[in-house]
Amino acid sequence: MSQTATLTEATPVRPLRIYSLKERAGDRRFRWLLLGFGLTVIVLAIVMGVVLYLASRKTWSQFGLSFLGSSVWNPVEDIYGALPFIYGTLVSSALALLIAIPLGVGSAIFLAEMAPPAISSSIAFLIELLAAIPSVVIGLMGIFLLVPAMRAIEPFLIRYLGFLPFFRGQPYGVGMLTAGIILSIMVLPYITSVSRDVILSVPKPLKEAALGLGATHWEMVRLVILPYARSGIAGSIFLALGRALGETMAVTMVIGNTPKIALSLLDPAYSMSAVIANEFAEATSDKYVSALIAIGLVLFGITILVTAVAHGMIYRMGPKKVRRGSV
Amino acid sequence: MKRSLSTLAVAAAFVVSLIPAAKADTTLNGAGATFPYPIYSKWFDEYHKMHPNVAINYQSIGSGGGIRQVTAKTVDFGASDGPMSDEQLSKVDGKLLHIPTVLGAVVIIYNAPGVAELKLDGPTIAGIFQGKIAKWNDPAIAALNPGVALPDSQITVVHRADGSGTSYCFTDYLTKVSEDWSKSIGKGTSVNWPVGLGGKGNEGVASLVKQTPGSIGYTELIYALQNNISFASVKNAAGKLVTASLDSVSAAAAAAAKNMPADYRVSITNAAGENAYPISTFTWLLVYQNNPGSNGKILQDFLKWMVEKGETMAPSLNYAPLPKNVQSMVRKTIQTIK
Amino acid sequence: MDQFKKRACTNALMFTLTGLSCLISVAVLFLILGYIGYHGLSSLSWSFLTHLPAPVGETGGGIANSIVGSIKIIGLAAVMGIPVGVLGGVYLSEFGRKSRLGFMIRYCADVLNGVPSIVMGIVAYTLIVLPMKHFSALAGSVALAIIMIPMVLRNTEEFVRLVPSNIREAALGLGVPQWKVIIRIVLPTASRGIITGIILGVSRIAGETAPLIFTAFGNRFWDHGWMSPMSSLPLSIYNYAISPYEDWHRQAWAAALILIAVVLAGNITARSLVKRHRGTTH
Repeated sequence: MSQTATLTEATPVRPLRIYSLKERAGDRRFRWLLLGFGLTVIVLAIVMGVVLYLASRKTWSQFGLSFLGSSVWNPVEDIYGALPFIYGTLVSSALALLIAIPLGVGSAIFLAEMAPPAISSSIAFLIELLAAIPSVVIGLMGIFLLVPAMRAIEPFLIRYLGFLPFFRGQPYGVGMLTAGIILSIMVLPYITSVSRDVILSVPKPLKEAALGLGATHWEMVRLVILPYARSGIAGSIFLALGRALGETMAVTMVIGNTPKIALSLLDPAYSMSAVIANEFAEATSDKYVSALIAIGLVLFGITILVTAVAHGMIYRMGPKKVRRGSV
Repeated sequence: MKRSLSTLAVAAAFVVSLIPAAKADTTLNGAGATFPYPIYSKWFDEYHKMHPNVAINYQSIGSGGGIRQVTAKTVDFGASDGPMSDEQLSKVDGKLLHIPTVLGAVVIIYNAPGVAELKLDGPTIAGIFQGKIAKWNDPAIAALNPGVALPDSQITVVHRADGSGTSYCFTDYLTKVSEDWSKSIGKGTSVNWPVGLGGKGNEGVASLVKQTPGSIGYTELIYALQNNISFASVKNAAGKLVTASLDSVSAAAAAAAKNMPADYRVSITNAAGENAYPISTFTWLLVYQNNPGSNGKILQDFLKWMVEKGETMAPSLNYAPLPKNVQSMVRKTIQTIK
Repeated sequence: MDQFKKRACTNALMFTLTGLSCLISVAVLFLILGYIGYHGLSSLSWSFLTHLPAPVGETGGGIANSIVGSIKIIGLAAVMGIPVGVLGGVYLSEFGRKSRLGFMIRYCADVLNGVPSIVMGIVAYTLIVLPMKHFSALAGSVALAIIMIPMVLRNTEEFVRLVPSNIREAALGLGVPQWKVIIRIVLPTASRGIITGIILGVSRIAGETAPLIFTAFGNRFWDHGWMSPMSSLPLSIYNYAISPYEDWHRQAWAAALILIAVVLAGNITARSLVKRHRGTTH
């Protein structure tokens, strides 16, 4: 005891000599270099927003926010309103989700709970391949397969469901409903694969507890898995929504390209991205171009919002559940 | 990882070296009307065969696009079948010439099973495209087509979704024959169509009409012929029913040709003349008088070739060549291109 | 007993329905692949792959310039996008795991991943085509690179994170400078995953059409370098598909077959690389 006391008194207390905690110059330069590359995404995002806003200033100063509420699209007199396109985008995306959610969540439940693991991963892989198919190729299928099929089916829809205002009009083949169906094909894989991951992550003890209490398999799914995975599945739906809102090529090939708001799903419509794709290269007046870019800005804003909500919901399930942006 | 990267690089270099070296020394880029696309693409192809070191790349994006891109100078020349307005020309930096190339007809294509021949007149066409005449067996159509079994179904109107000179010609005609149209819709490369589906380019409209039973639309004559789509005969200003053809289109241009303005911007819709087809139009190449580098020389050379040789190819694709006196005027205008 | 039968019935019914959903999803995939395979194969020919397009309305001709154009545009986009994406992703996983800056970068990347590609086209048109006064492959490549960067970035981050920290710490403990640890040890270990991300990114932009419509514009002849308009497969497919000519439709099918083959090959390669790397995940 006294020896240590002598030791501590005799030798002055010095800080422990740790090998230099300061960053070395080489490391610091490397870090700055990498940071530079990382910052590009922030720069890109900001630049995008700024460019879109500046290029569309004419529209905002001329119409203000009423641009979003007006449904007049008259290039001859330079009067523009984005409402038909916002309507078309929202309704076609809503239709797509209406079709894709039951199919997607259903497939996810089947793959995660019923199928043996080997089959489950193979089929999940196949469904993910669906997401990889380029939009223009799906549009090609749309024009030559889906539209003629719809033209054959629509007369029946008109005859039997025509009492509803949603199924009136002519069997054009192209239109809002066709666009909704094609979009559902494209967003289905997102819902399926993210939901499957999420369902697989439900802790086993919870599931076994329910089964142990006498629940059937389906009841266990309904009472334990779905509530637990609720926010992840909702996140996948928002991710799918984000994709549907921005889809361009397949939609413009089957939606009918008519800037009108109609209650009937069989009528042709127009979406925000479709009108930009069709009319951008040839908008003759500055106001016309500005109006189209303003629509682009609206699209940009909506997709940012939806994606942010989607990732927020998926993050709530735990950071590992966030898929790579590649899906 | 290093080894696989280098093998990848070697493979890529090998692939690139396989690409045939048949590249043009000069490329001119043009964009615009879909109306004359078939004849232009034939001309540019033939010209390229004669001058392998010059490639003229033309993208048919619609007359509206042609006007916009040539004004912004993102292409070397434009093409339009709707002449530019004074207001549009005032926005151009430099002198932009309208060079007429060929004449064409806008035909009313339709897909009505069982109807082999359809006869229409101006007010009826206006009514159909306004949505006021909604069924095939409407009395107005039946009156013009006695004895024809018209189906009892809805008419699906197809119009252009993009900015189009074909639309300009068509709506220009409609404003002349229908006061109602002139008041409510007017004319332009892009108008507020009251009803119908939108197709992209002449190609898109032809495609939609071909695939949609009960539909009606408007395109340039060659698109109807190349795709075997039926089209209607139209009553002209003289009251006679005329089918679009080389002769009827040339007849429409005859009167205007005598009084051709120096800038060539003239409308020949609803022209006087016994055999004139009422929905005819010139189509123009939009060329700057002063061009950078050797572009001017190439354009001048091509246009000369067009007047001498190209015009002779027009009839084979059912476009009418320019009237003789217009051709000599054009030869003189070409000389001013630098 | 009746209650149990009812519940058992519901159980069987629901699982049949979910199985059906799965079947429908997979059936759609096979329908698309089969249809394209059938129509595309019949139109593929050597001349199709090596010739330039014929004049409008004439049959024959090919898409040689579209194939080469696609390779070039995607190549340039990859050259621009891969370094930025990979190095940015490395930053996020090595230095940015908990920092506020790291969070911002991650957030912006996720946001960019969700932006429709046509918006990228507008931005590229405004920033490159207008000032340069012509359409160019460069503008198209830039638009595609903007799409590729956030994908590759997030993917790289994820895979570099998976590298076990004891490897890093061992090297650091031996006195290796951090930058060397990253370049010589961490990156090679994560290389398979990073390559996966690159392949997936390239496959994704290979199919993009919208941003090219008013940037690369299209070209019926061989292009004249990066500063000239260039043709590409997706653009040709789109133009031919909406045309009325039967021959062009056939060519669209064949071109779609080529495109889909490339894209799917990329995806399958990427996933198989990852599977071996990750072992059993689920």
